[in-house]
Amino acid sequence: MMTGLGATVARAGRRLLSSLPALFGVLVFTFLLMRVLPGDPAVFFASGPNAGKEEIEQIRKQMGLDKSVPEQLVFYLSDIGRGNLGRSMMTGQPVLKDLRERLPASLELTFTALLIALLAAVPLGVVAALKPGSLVDHGVRLFCALGVCVPTFVSGLLLIYVFYYLLGLAPDPTGRIDVFTSLPPQRTGFLSVDFLLAGDIEGWWAACKQLILPALSMALFVIAPLARITRASMLVSLGSDFVRTARSVGLSWQKVVVTYALRNAILPVITIAGIVFSTMLGANVLVEKVFSWPGVASYALDALLSSDYAPVQGFVLLMAGIFVLVNLVVDVCYGIADPRVSIG
Amino acid sequence: MSEELLRIDDLHVAFSTRRGMVEAVRGVTLTVEAGEMLGLVGESGSGKSVTGFATARLLDAAGRVTAGKILFRGQDVTKLRGDDLRQLQGAAMSMIFQNPRAALNPIRAIGLQIADAILTHKRISKDAARAEALELLRAVQIRDPEARMNAYPHELSGGMCQRVMIAIAISCNPALLIADEPTTGLDVTTQKVVMDLVAEIAAARGMATILITHDLGLAARYCRRIAVMERGRIVEEASPRTLFGAPQHAYTRRLVAASPTATSQIEDLVTEEERERHAAVVSKPRQELAHGTPPLLEVRKLAKRFDEGAAAVADFSMTMAGGESVGLVGESGSGKSTTSRMICRLIDPSEGEIVFDGQSIGHVASRDFHRSRFRKDIQMVFQDPNESLNPRFTAFDCIAHPLMRLDGMRGGDALRKRVEDCAERVGLPLDLLPRFPHQLSGGQKARVGIARAIACRPRLLVLDEPTAALDVSVQAVVLQLLDRLRRENDIALLFVSHDLNVVRMLCDRTIVLRNGGIVEQGESRALFDNPKTDYTRKLVEAIPHIETGPVLAAAL
Repeated sequence: MMTGLGATVARAGRRLLSSLPALFGVLVFTFLLMRVLPGDPAVFFASGPNAGKEEIEQIRKQMGLDKSVPEQLVFYLSDIGRGNLGRSMMTGQPVLKDLRERLPASLELTFTALLIALLAAVPLGVVAALKPGSLVDHGVRLFCALGVCVPTFVSGLLLIYVFYYLLGLAPDPTGRIDVFTSLPPQRTGFLSVDFLLAGDIEGWWAACKQLILPALSMALFVIAPLARITRASMLVSLGSDFVRTARSVGLSWQKVVVTYALRNAILPVITIAGIVFSTMLGANVLVEKVFSWPGVASYALDALLSSDYAPVQGFVLLMAGIFVLVNLVVDVCYGIADPRVSIG
Repeated sequence: MSEELLRIDDLHVAFSTRRGMVEAVRGVTLTVEAGEMLGLVGESGSGKSVTGFATARLLDAAGRVTAGKILFRGQDVTKLRGDDLRQLQGAAMSMIFQNPRAALNPIRAIGLQIADAILTHKRISKDAARAEALELLRAVQIRDPEARMNAYPHELSGGMCQRVMIAIAISCNPALLIADEPTTGLDVTTQKVVMDLVAEIAAARGMATILITHDLGLAARYCRRIAVMERGRIVEEASPRTLFGAPQHAYTRRLVAASPTATSQIEDLVTEEERERHAAVVSKPRQELAHGTPPLLEVRKLAKRFDEGAAAVADFSMTMAGGESVGLVGESGSGKSTTSRMICRLIDPSEGEIVFDGQSIGHVASRDFHRSRFRKDIQMVFQDPNESLNPRFTAFDCIAHPLMRLDGMRGGDALRKRVEDCAERVGLPLDLLPRFPHQLSGGQKARVGIARAIACRPRLLVLDEPTAALDVSVQAVVLQLLDRLRRENDIALLFVSHDLNVVRMLCDRTIVLRNGGIVEQGESRALFDNPKTDYTRKLVEAIPHIETGPVLAAAL
């Protein structure tokens, strides 16, 4: 057992090391991309439309934009090396601080959405696979198709219309918590967790109510790939020789389906869930906008629109890092779930 | 006369496919007595496995019993539902399968899998079930059973997995065991051990067994009664002695003839009427090799190490003359496939020299060897005719591909003529050329694979178990074809196989490999008749024999 754990850690370490060149590539690439994009930040951040040439020139100097691109790159890299992601012109705060404040909001939303998606998708996929071609199977397929073809901002708006406007069940779609609730001491940054840790059930419920609609509209979008992969791999699993063996000795239906078929079928779902998670984290900008969710994606979009280099670069770096980390976690989970992986 | 345990009465099984219902079993009637071992023999598609699955109620969703009864202790199995069915499965009747590694759950420890079966039928605690599972592992003679309890199937050999499967099957002392090709895919020596084990356990526990197999020799060795199936029907049922001595049905006669035995010759493998068709071509006598001609292939001190592991092949040396056939035999893991691939230049040797026609080719990297002028002289026929053909290439494309790549031929009449010529030489009907692999039978695919390999007129053909996936009757024809090609075109054959009977017939010389080293080599007949090492003797003894040679010859 110890050797298994050691092997897993060693494998994870190797993975982490081998991803460093890719991270560096992402860093340089986004830096260059930002320089190529049209728009002059100095003009944008000058005091007003009639700011003089001198003022703009001064801002440019202040931002280091008067130097050549390679020089800027070197400065940028050495800053990153010291953990300094630069300062956002928009908020006037260090990018690191902005991201640190906003990342938990995005993570909380994405985790919740993924959890909802998995809880819905896996049973749906299993049910569909148990009776392929049946009415249930077709129902699941239709549901998945709808989930994919309705964009998240449309489903988000629909949810708001129904649950907030018509039924009045949901609170205002204005961020993570309404302004009158006092915030708990920050520990994890996840409001629902922090409220629980503070023992404030009422606050927890308020945070959850804010969370549920945006999470649901994001989940609807990713149920389809998860349910489809569950169904496909469940079909393979149910048709496999070892399930036939399990049936041949008369194991109960639950044991055959859950212990034998599903546990094997879940392996590819883990991989897909990792990919889905990374995609959601970056792509949920629409949901963040619709629900005024103070997440990193909407922050990056705003920065991009105002040619604010540092936050965009910081965001891309953050996403790349998270992607590497998520893959690592998937890898480790896979190694634990499938004893064949740790060998060789 | 002992009591009747199972009675199958006019069983019909049909499968719904895209092309409508297909009847796989059409009227099988069989009885099995308590404690007896019955052999159910037939080629692929004969319906023998489907009969077994129907009996154990394990047909997949597309299959259905359309008529007939399966009476187990007087109870119709086909009508059982719910709990009654579960009490039958595993407790009264169980099954072991063809591919033991796939038949076990890959991510569950084997001890737990055995315990699962026990806990389904006995109301005992988990610890007690675990103890019983351990006992069963001992019963199936797994070494170090305590440690193996926590092992996963991928950590065990195929033979070990089959033992675990047997342990699961016998865990609740069933009265009937259905063994569906239990030793196919295992080494000969493992085959014998596993089958001996099944027979021993069945005898000790008074279990009746249905042994479903394509191997007549295996059935003859262990069963006192054999039923032969062809296209969904039982065509003949008799004791092995009568079956081999005086087969009644034409199909049985063909099957018996095609099964290689210790004494059979390649010409014996097909019955007389079939032989007529080939008679014209088997003519040219073997040329004696002139003394002093340089060998076609010389291999010196070849070695292969994968990663940091122990050598897969070490210190392997051999020579081959043009037109000679050499057999390479050994159990799985003996390095025979690795050796053949190095000689084919598909993988690079770690050490040693390969000299072909006086030129050293061992140092050419395998990825560049396709540019070598010797590429077309050394060709390969692969084990699995299904996997080794490109599913998007027609038979014509498969054969034409090497001609275009290696002989620089362009499309057109010349190419068409060469391809048709190759197809004719391997006996592939020309109207099959536009077909895709999935539209061809196993034997036809094997012919395409051979036609592709001989298309560029190679001087050395390396064959890696070319008949392992084929039925015996198809194997017989393919072996004849290979022998004829060698005679006609003077192609040297390096034949890798685990089937010693086949090697004995086809090869002049045989090299026995074990753990990557040569154990013994020499002229085939002498080597098999009088093995010098224990290992070779063990291999030879493990082959199931049909000891009716003279009688058989008379019957034909």
